[in-house]
Amino acid sequence: MHQRWKEVLIKHIFLFFALASIFFLLGIVIVLFKEGLPIFRIVRIKDFILGKSWYPTYDPPDFGILSLILGSLWVTFGALIIAIPLGVSAATYISEVAHPKVKEIAKPVVELLAGIPSVVYGFFGMVILAPWLQDVFNLPTGLTCLTASIILGFMALPTVVSISEDAISAVPFSYKEASYALGATKWETISKVTVPSAISGITTAIILGIGRAIGETMTVLMVAGGAAVIPRSFLRPVRPMTATIAAEMGEAPVGSDHYHALFGIAIMLFIITLGFNLLADHLATTFRRKMGQ
Amino acid sequence: MDGRIKIETRGLNFYYSEVPALKNVNIEIEENLVTALIGPSGCGKTTFLRTLNRMNDLVPTTRVEGKVLFDGQDIYQKNIDVVELRRKIGMVFQKSNPFPKSVFENAAYGPRLNGINNKSKLEEIVERSLRKAALWDEVKDRLKASALDLSGGQQQRLCIARSLAVEPEVLLMDEPASALDPTSTAKIEDLIHELKKNYTIVIVTHNMQQAARISDYTAFFMLGELTEFGATEVIFTKPKKKITEDYITGRFG
Repeated sequence: MHQRWKEVLIKHIFLFFALASIFFLLGIVIVLFKEGLPIFRIVRIKDFILGKSWYPTYDPPDFGILSLILGSLWVTFGALIIAIPLGVSAATYISEVAHPKVKEIAKPVVELLAGIPSVVYGFFGMVILAPWLQDVFNLPTGLTCLTASIILGFMALPTVVSISEDAISAVPFSYKEASYALGATKWETISKVTVPSAISGITTAIILGIGRAIGETMTVLMVAGGAAVIPRSFLRPVRPMTATIAAEMGEAPVGSDHYHALFGIAIMLFIITLGFNLLADHLATTFRRKMGQ
Repeated sequence: MDGRIKIETRGLNFYYSEVPALKNVNIEIEENLVTALIGPSGCGKTTFLRTLNRMNDLVPTTRVEGKVLFDGQDIYQKNIDVVELRRKIGMVFQKSNPFPKSVFENAAYGPRLNGINNKSKLEEIVERSLRKAALWDEVKDRLKASALDLSGGQQQRLCIARSLAVEPEVLLMDEPASALDPTSTAKIEDLIHELKKNYTIVIVTHNMQQAARISDYTAFFMLGELTEFGATEVIFTKPKKKITEDYITGRFG
């Protein structure tokens, strides 16, 4: 009898832990919407998203976050221009070209990049990259959209390389064999069969890379320059959504319009990253179905 | 033998790491005939097949000794272009392996490698290859569909069409019907019969009846050695060696 009691108790304890993470997530979402939605009593959703001016402390204040959304998108787009070619080439090299011994070292090292704290990346960007870019392009400040893009590109690299490499390695050997048997060279096989066959996995990798870049806060806070204006050039400062929340939350009185507006930004960010993750998940499932024939 | 010799091996040895898989194989494969390779699992028949178009180059730590002469030329010599060689010696694998592309793109893959990009020219080659592989009538309305949506038998015939599209001289087939149902198998066998008019075919098979039905010559492998080789009707009716007879009559396998 005593034994059975223990079984039941253990089962419930584990159930509690299993549900706890779901409850926490749910709690976060509830708080996010509870604190964020009141801003839409003051500005219309359309004006909030498409408004060009972000002057939350003026009288009357302006709560238009278009410049912040575009700031995030520009920085993320720039990061992808760096992370996609670099990441996919690196993954292809590691999977298809590198000697097994090189592969054994290269992949963990690339994945190790993910373990460096973002503040270290930010610090590197501020101290080394920004002054160099300022010098090269003769700019008033080195803290620009480009600086943030480069750093974020490298931060997204481990995700892109690691997941792309998994996808490329998962391409059945029989496809490559068929290609070689038809008289294809190694390069033709890689570019026409192996990489195209892994394309949905690579797309997943890129989307998760986007998720990583768009949600990154500390780095962009440090190196993006922080100007809440509609971006016009990669060589000017921008202010992504995450940096705005991090920079202003400390100054916004709890319950004020500014405070609710910051939560409103968080809701936008949440919806964007959730969208990317769902898309990645969908593509990954399609990929598994296609390969699992 | 009275026909022209297409492929000949002399003193062929093959090793995986240092483990011998083929021991002193000497064989002559005649042009425009079907040569079947039979023998129990692990006897080296597939390994032998793959030495003929150097597919074993893809497997690390393997080593070849001896000669494989293709039209009198040793294909393991340094100056041989493997890519060129594989365009002349096509291969169909045991498990059908169409690319995850459309039916059309599968058949057009080889011609595209050869630099043919003209659309009407490609269409012509694709149709001709699919017809040769007896698949055209079944897929002509779904050339744009994914090859992976075809049935198993259709996929294998597509792989044959894909090989034929580069117009090889020799077709190597590694148990091409082993994963197929009897109807599809019969189609593939009819196809082989049709193809030998224009191609030299070497086929590995587990199925003794199949070897008897489709081949002109049969080679029996045991433990990496070519135990007996000769005209198919002789091998199946009056084998010289006891062990060949035992295998063919199903006493072991």
